[in-house]
Amino acid sequence: MNWEIVIGLEVHTQLSTHTKIFSGASTTYGAEPNTQADAVSIALPGVLPVLNKGAVERAVKFGLAVGAHIAPRSVFARKNYFYPDLPKGYQISQFDLPVVGMGALTIQVEPLSGNAKPYEKVVRITRAHLEEDAGKSVHGATQGMTGVDLNRAGTPLLEIVSEPDMCSAAEAVAYAKTLHNLVRWIGISDGNMQEGSFRCDVNVSVRKPGEPLGTRREIKNLNSFKYMQQAIDFEVQWQIDTIENGGKIHQATILFNPDTGETRAMRSKEDAHDYRYFPDPDLLPLDITPQMLEAMRATLPELPEARRARYVNDLGLSAYDANSLTSSREMADFFDACVATVSNAKLCANWLIGELSAQLNRDGLDMAQCPVSTGQMSGMLARISDNTISNAGGKDVFRTLWAEGGDADTIIEAKGLKQVSDSGAIEALVDEIIVAQADKVAEYRSGKDKLFGFFVGLAMKASKGKANPAQLNEVLLKKLAG
Amino acid sequence: MIPYQPHLYKAFTMSLSTADVQKVARLARLAMNNTEIEAARVQLSGIFELIAEMQAVDTTGIAPMSHAQDLSQRLREDIVTETNQRELFQSIAPQVESGLYLVPQVIE
Repeated sequence: MNWEIVIGLEVHTQLSTHTKIFSGASTTYGAEPNTQADAVSIALPGVLPVLNKGAVERAVKFGLAVGAHIAPRSVFARKNYFYPDLPKGYQISQFDLPVVGMGALTIQVEPLSGNAKPYEKVVRITRAHLEEDAGKSVHGATQGMTGVDLNRAGTPLLEIVSEPDMCSAAEAVAYAKTLHNLVRWIGISDGNMQEGSFRCDVNVSVRKPGEPLGTRREIKNLNSFKYMQQAIDFEVQWQIDTIENGGKIHQATILFNPDTGETRAMRSKEDAHDYRYFPDPDLLPLDITPQMLEAMRATLPELPEARRARYVNDLGLSAYDANSLTSSREMADFFDACVATVSNAKLCANWLIGELSAQLNRDGLDMAQCPVSTGQMSGMLARISDNTISNAGGKDVFRTLWAEGGDADTIIEAKGLKQVSDSGAIEALVDEIIVAQADKVAEYRSGKDKLFGFFVGLAMKASKGKANPAQLNEVLLKKLAG
Repeated sequence: MIPYQPHLYKAFTMSLSTADVQKVARLARLAMNNTEIEAARVQLSGIFELIAEMQAVDTTGIAPMSHAQDLSQRLREDIVTETNQRELFQSIAPQVESGLYLVPQVIE
C-alpha cells in the first residue's frame, strides 16, 4: 500500500556566545558543576534578565542567511513548566512574536537507496526564536535524589522550526546537514553535536496520498544524523504497521534508543496551552534597528548555496564536486585559496575531495585541524599542474607535507620526484625497450594491442616512475607503430 | 497573541466559591483557615470583577501591548562578568553533593 511520509524538524542550536543569554555567566562547555551558574541561572529571588547582544546578533544573522523576515519588534515570553533543571519555574522563550520569521533553505538530497539521482529541494523555515537552555539533571547519584547542574541553564539557543516539507528520511537528514553546515558557516554556533550544540526534534506522520495530514509523533533530541535516519525509518514503519493493523496514532513525544534501533513513547504530548505562555514582564520588547540589520548583513560571508553555484557556473565543476567542497566553510575556503594560486580548479577539487579528505578521515581530523596549509598544498598542486611532477609524485609529496611539513619544491628536489619531460630522454628509453623486447614488439605489431600496457609498465619502470605519462604514451604509440 | 484560554475568561464572569479558593490555596501550598478563605474569596472576586470591567472595553483595532512601558530592550555586551560563587550560593541550599544541587528524585 502507498503511504506518504511527512516530516518537519525543530532544531535547537546553541549560539556561540561567551556568556548566557540573560546574564554575564560563562558558557564554556565542560566546567565543574554549577561553577558557571550565577544568581540569574539559579533563579535567586530579585534577579533580572539582561539580554545578550551577541545572541540577538547571531539570530539576526541566521535570519538573513535563510532570507527570512526579521521582526523589527519581537517579544520574549515565559513558558511555564516546573522542573528542577530550570529553577525559575519557566523558560524564557519567544512565542507569538519570534525574532526570525518565514525563510527557506535549499537542500541537496542524496537518496539513500536504489539508483535514484540526487536532487535539489527547497524546505521552508517557519520561524526561529531565541530562548534559554535548561540545566542538566543527574540521576542516581544519591538514593532518592536528583542532582542538578545549572551550568547550562541560560545558555542561548536558537530554535529553528521547519515546515513539514520533507517526505523521506533522506530529505530530513539532508535538511539537518545543510542547516548544520550553515550555522557553522556563518559562525553562529560551533555545531558540536556530541556536546549538544545541535539537537534535532523530528516530527513524523504518515498519510495516504491526497488525505489530510496524519497524527504526528515527535522524536526528541537526536544528536546524530545516522540516528536520525534510523529513528525516522523505524518510526515510519511503526506508524504504517499500526494503522494497517487497524490501530490509531496518538500524538506523543518519543525517544530513539540507538542500541535497539527502536523508538518508544516518553509521554503523551501536552497541549501548548499547558505552558501558559505570556509576555515576560522582566523583558521589554526587542527592537531590531535597520542599523543592526545592515551591520549584520555586512558580516555575512558568501553562503554555501552561492558558493556551490559559483563552483559549478564559473569554475565548471560538477554538482558532486561543488557539494563536497561546500560541505564545510573550512573546506571551501581551503579550496578557494588553492584555486587562487593554482587556477586548475578540477585538479584542486580532485585532490581536496580525494587524497586530503581521505587523509583527514584516516587521522580522525576535521578540516580546521588540517596539518597541511593552503600554501603547502597549492605549492604541490602547482607542480602537478605545470607537469614538474606526476600525480603519483604528488601523493609522495603530500604524504611528506602531512607527516613532516616543509614545502613542495624542496621535497621534490630531495626525493628526486621531478618527472622526465625531456622528449629526447623519453625517446631514448623507448628505443632501448623496443630493441630488448623485439618478440613482444612483433606480437604487438601483428595486432595484439593489449600489449601496450606492458610497454608502458616497462618504460615507467625504466624511468623510475618519473616519465611524464602523457608524453610517454605518445612516444610509445609512435615508435611501436614502426 | 496569547492563546485564548477559556478557563480564565470563564472565571472573570463569576464570583469565586469557597471550594475554588480552597483548591487554589492547596495548589499554592498555602494553609488557610475558614476566616482567611472567606477574606481571600471576597478579595479575589473583587479582582475578577475589575478584570471583567476591563474585558468589557472595546479594543478592536488596538495592538496588544507586551509591556507596560513603551521602551525597547537594552542589550548587554557579550562579556563574562560573573565569577564562580558556587560555595556562597550552595551555602544556603538544603542539600548539595559533588557540586550538584540535590532535589527530591525526579521521575521522567
